[in-house]
Amino acid sequence: MDVLVYLIPISIFLGGVGLFGFLYTLRTKQYDDPEGDARRILSDEWDDHPKPD
Amino acid sequence: MAHVSISACPACNASPLAERIASDALVGDSVVLMLPTIHCSACIVNVERKLNAMTEVKDARVNLTLKRVTITTNCSVPIERFVAALAEIGYAAHELDPSLLAQSEMEKASRHLLTRLAVSGFAMMNVMLLSAAVWSGADGVTRDMFHWISAMIAVPATIYAGQPFFTSAWTALRARHLNMDVPISLAIFLALGTSLYETNLSGEHAYFDAAISLTFFLLAGRYLDHKTRSVARSAAQELSAMEVSRAIVRRDDADVTVNVKSLVVGDIVVVRPGARVPVDGDIIDGSSEVDRSILTGEIRPEFVDVEVKLHAGELNLTGPLLVRVTAVGRDTSLHQIAELVAIAESGRSKYTSIADKAARLYAPGVHILSALSFVFWYVYSADLRVSLNIASAVLIITCPCALGLAVPAVTTAASGRLYKKGLLIKSATALERLAQIDTVVFDKTGTLTNGMPQLVELPKTDALSLQIAASLASASMHPLSVALSKALTESGTNMANLTGVEEIPGYGVQGYFGGRLVKLGRAEWVGADAIDETATYLRLWEMEPITFAFQDALRDGAFELLKDIQHQVGDVHILSGDSEQAVAAIAARLQVINYAANEKPQGKAAYIAALQAQGKNVLMIGDGLNDTAALTAANVSISPASALDAARVASDVVFLGGRLDNLIGVVGLARQSQRRIKENFRIASFYNVIAVPIAMLGLATPFIAALAMSLSSITVTLNALRVR
Repeated sequence: MDVLVYLIPISIFLGGVGLFGFLYTLRTKQYDDPEGDARRILSDEWDDHPKPD
Repeated sequence: MAHVSISACPACNASPLAERIASDALVGDSVVLMLPTIHCSACIVNVERKLNAMTEVKDARVNLTLKRVTITTNCSVPIERFVAALAEIGYAAHELDPSLLAQSEMEKASRHLLTRLAVSGFAMMNVMLLSAAVWSGADGVTRDMFHWISAMIAVPATIYAGQPFFTSAWTALRARHLNMDVPISLAIFLALGTSLYETNLSGEHAYFDAAISLTFFLLAGRYLDHKTRSVARSAAQELSAMEVSRAIVRRDDADVTVNVKSLVVGDIVVVRPGARVPVDGDIIDGSSEVDRSILTGEIRPEFVDVEVKLHAGELNLTGPLLVRVTAVGRDTSLHQIAELVAIAESGRSKYTSIADKAARLYAPGVHILSALSFVFWYVYSADLRVSLNIASAVLIITCPCALGLAVPAVTTAASGRLYKKGLLIKSATALERLAQIDTVVFDKTGTLTNGMPQLVELPKTDALSLQIAASLASASMHPLSVALSKALTESGTNMANLTGVEEIPGYGVQGYFGGRLVKLGRAEWVGADAIDETATYLRLWEMEPITFAFQDALRDGAFELLKDIQHQVGDVHILSGDSEQAVAAIAARLQVINYAANEKPQGKAAYIAALQAQGKNVLMIGDGLNDTAALTAANVSISPASALDAARVASDVVFLGGRLDNLIGVVGLARQSQRRIKENFRIASFYNVIAVPIAMLGLATPFIAALAMSLSSITVTLNALRVR
């Protein structure tokens, strides 16, 4: 059972990575325009906003 | 203007007038345009490339989901320039008033809910993994360690994620009444408390998994609920935001377009033919005809001249008018209607939603059961620890999560279906109220009809008269002329050759046929006897005048909708401010027996109140300012997207698209969703009937609690998806 000492922290850590990944996508507003983002990948346009002055 | 010289944008300096307009038109330096026709990746690229190529534009970003583009500018630019630029590449653009798009607030709330949902979901999965080990037989030190790790994850996660319930329960308790959130919060806290206590004494049962999964399921319900409402609300807001009202003001002999909000009493406003009057005011120059149907329901255009009072919302038909503003904003005639609405609102009995009713039964019941089992076990065993454990097990196992999901899951499914049909459900309880409807009251003008006149029939007369009529009618943009022109073209009538054709605003059109005067217009002007219907009159030189009578054209699908309502729902009434004859004609065409004409706004509200006094549940469908009081008074109200903002605000449901047959089956769907909600409550109660005795006998283990909770939640959700 000694292996639990490693396994439990590892499983919680991995879950935490998923959680923070999700929170990051939420913070950076990646769910605001799901349809547009799906289409944008098809265009060659330089799409790095905002455009430098 | 001193700041012009330091403006970063050369185009603005080039046109001082544009700058002046823009200073009124723009708040901040970001513009939102709606692009209803964009649909593909090429559209995004085209729009952004076009806008980014403009020197004034700092950044343009299309949102395809919302069909909008947000433009950030370096300086103030008139919006018309963007609209024109987009029109060049073939996209229709409408300006949205950003101040009316209270999107950010709702988005924030939804983001917070989603964050809490994610945190509780993460915690639930981890705790469940540990619980699975306990259920499959871990004991002694291992079990204690698992419990402690579960506690370390579940306690902070539950306290963070459960905040929406705790605050709501606290508010309810302070107002001294019980809502669904009180037993939920109590269950969560009691579960966490006893589990911590048990874990400390290395006990066998800990309910950390139950507490966190309860929070997760309930948050899922909350989130669904929020999402459904925010979709409908933002679409409704978009309708309001599209009506950025502009007025043309004459200042120092120059016409300037400004936002209506910036008008002050005494300003002189130019109202062009075909435009709506933006404010209340008196005519100081010009004569014309105005369509007051949106205020009164009367479709016959009225002749107006100098010193006649105009109201905001009326439609100017033929000649340009100069209007001196007498009232703005809150002081306009809209305000009087608003008072009526307030009166109607106070009369409307407060509707108790099914969920509230369930909570009223459920909340005390659960508390009593839990308290009873505590008292019983304490008396029986005199063991505080055992009795507390059992009391909290009862609270958890009564499974409020199925009850919490019962309503939102169904309303989400039903609203989604209605949204596809173009119906926006604005109010949370609208579906429930719709399900009870047995009487439907329609406004006539603008609701059953589309407010456009239609020639009743071609008068029996010679071809030459018709040809002359066609030529005269084609020279005017007056709705009657347009309708006449259309009818004559469809009948294959050619145009006669006329000379010197001119429109006399407010009266009609005249011209010369072979040197002889021909006139088409109002009865008194051509010298005809006016008939009691909407009509225009043609007079050829000294001959007898010819009458062209018009009726209001029905909206597409009106007939089918009324058939459906009479079969599926109940009585139909027509309630209009228009003349007796016009209303009777429409009622006869639609085979409706009950109608009332010449109704004032107060009369309409009173009519609805009288129906309600007979015990009817009334659905009001209307669009005009004169309907707002009635819309508020009715049990449920629907208005078309073309309605005035005030009417849309007063109604619970807005339907997009002009077709009335989109409304077919709405009441049926509402009834079906009510049935599903009731079924869901029954399923949830069924689980309770089985599980509560088990818990009260002290036989419930955390495993049984988790099983009951997940099973009932999943059944309830699946049942909700059956809404067709």
